[in-house]
Amino acid sequence: MSATEVLRSAHPPDIDPYRVGHGGGHDYATGHGEGGPASKRVIVGYGFWLFLLSDIVLFSCLFAAHAVLQTATAGGPTGPQLFDPRSVALETACLLTSSFTCGLSAVAAGARNQLWTQVFLLVTGVLGLSFLLLEAHDFAAMMARGASPQVSAFWSSFFAVVGCHGSHVTVGLLWLGTMMAQVFFKGFRPSIMRRLVCFNLFWHMLDIIWVALFTIVYLIGEGR
Amino acid sequence: MTDEHHVDDEGNLDDVGPGFMEAADHSVGEGVQGYLMGLVLAALLTVASFYVLHTNLIWGPGIVVMLVVLAIAQIGVHLVFFLHLTTAPDNTNNIFALAFGILIVILIIGGSIWIMHHLNERMMPMSGMM
Repeated sequence: MSATEVLRSAHPPDIDPYRVGHGGGHDYATGHGEGGPASKRVIVGYGFWLFLLSDIVLFSCLFAAHAVLQTATAGGPTGPQLFDPRSVALETACLLTSSFTCGLSAVAAGARNQLWTQVFLLVTGVLGLSFLLLEAHDFAAMMARGASPQVSAFWSSFFAVVGCHGSHVTVGLLWLGTMMAQVFFKGFRPSIMRRLVCFNLFWHMLDIIWVALFTIVYLIGEGR
Repeated sequence: MTDEHHVDDEGNLDDVGPGFMEAADHSVGEGVQGYLMGLVLAALLTVASFYVLHTNLIWGPGIVVMLVVLAIAQIGVHLVFFLHLTTAPDNTNNIFALAFGILIVILIIGGSIWIMHHLNERMMPMSGMM
């Protein structure tokens, strides 16, 4: 019998072991005092959250470079000349909806429902893939009109920041495929659930980056 | 998940961290509702961002500020409804990490723009150099 179990049997469970807003908390609440270490899921989630924050810091460097180089087009084409607002809006819709369906897959996984977990993960993947294809199409159109990364500092930073997000989505899609296979063959065992949690965090983080990206790069860039 | 404490497969008392949907003892309906609320709010803010760009309702130079405010609001919606960051005591570590991350991001972006703006101002105009 572990210490946590002893404590838990000594204290009858009440609704809120952490006593939110009342200070303190019971001893058997994990991660606090005598409650013993937090569960593995909490620790895994925290560690992955730290990784995501470092990823956000990486993106902030690229955003800073792009913001500084807004007007450094060196006589080449400027952003607003080549941006396609309709395509950006469509990409935004794809990514936001995929974030939503990803959340639904987490709910389905929480209910241990194999079918709906797979369906929502598949929808998430399809939306992510449409996003990538739209972005690739955009890139091709821009390059066809003379905006390659070599043209000016502005376009270098543009392709760096948008491309970095795009490569994150690509990696996310590979991860998503792997998770679908693992959920299918291994079922909802604890290690798989933890990986699903991390994947969910990663996918939602991509959407947060995209919010900053379409605001800073496309909308503010266009408003200038 | 009928009793107050949901004990997971490893026998751990449940805890709530970012992304732990079922850990908060949510039913499927509640979970879907939360994500739906996040989707609606985020979609409204996105539409507002795209609308603000071409509107005459706001004073021209104020549009950029408005866009930044809308983006920050939307990121907040994402953090609360999709990543499930809360102010609960068991989420303290996540919040501290986030606060530190925000500090670094503000330093990097704000600092770069500030420094480079001053540098550009003090530089000789390009036409004068040629």
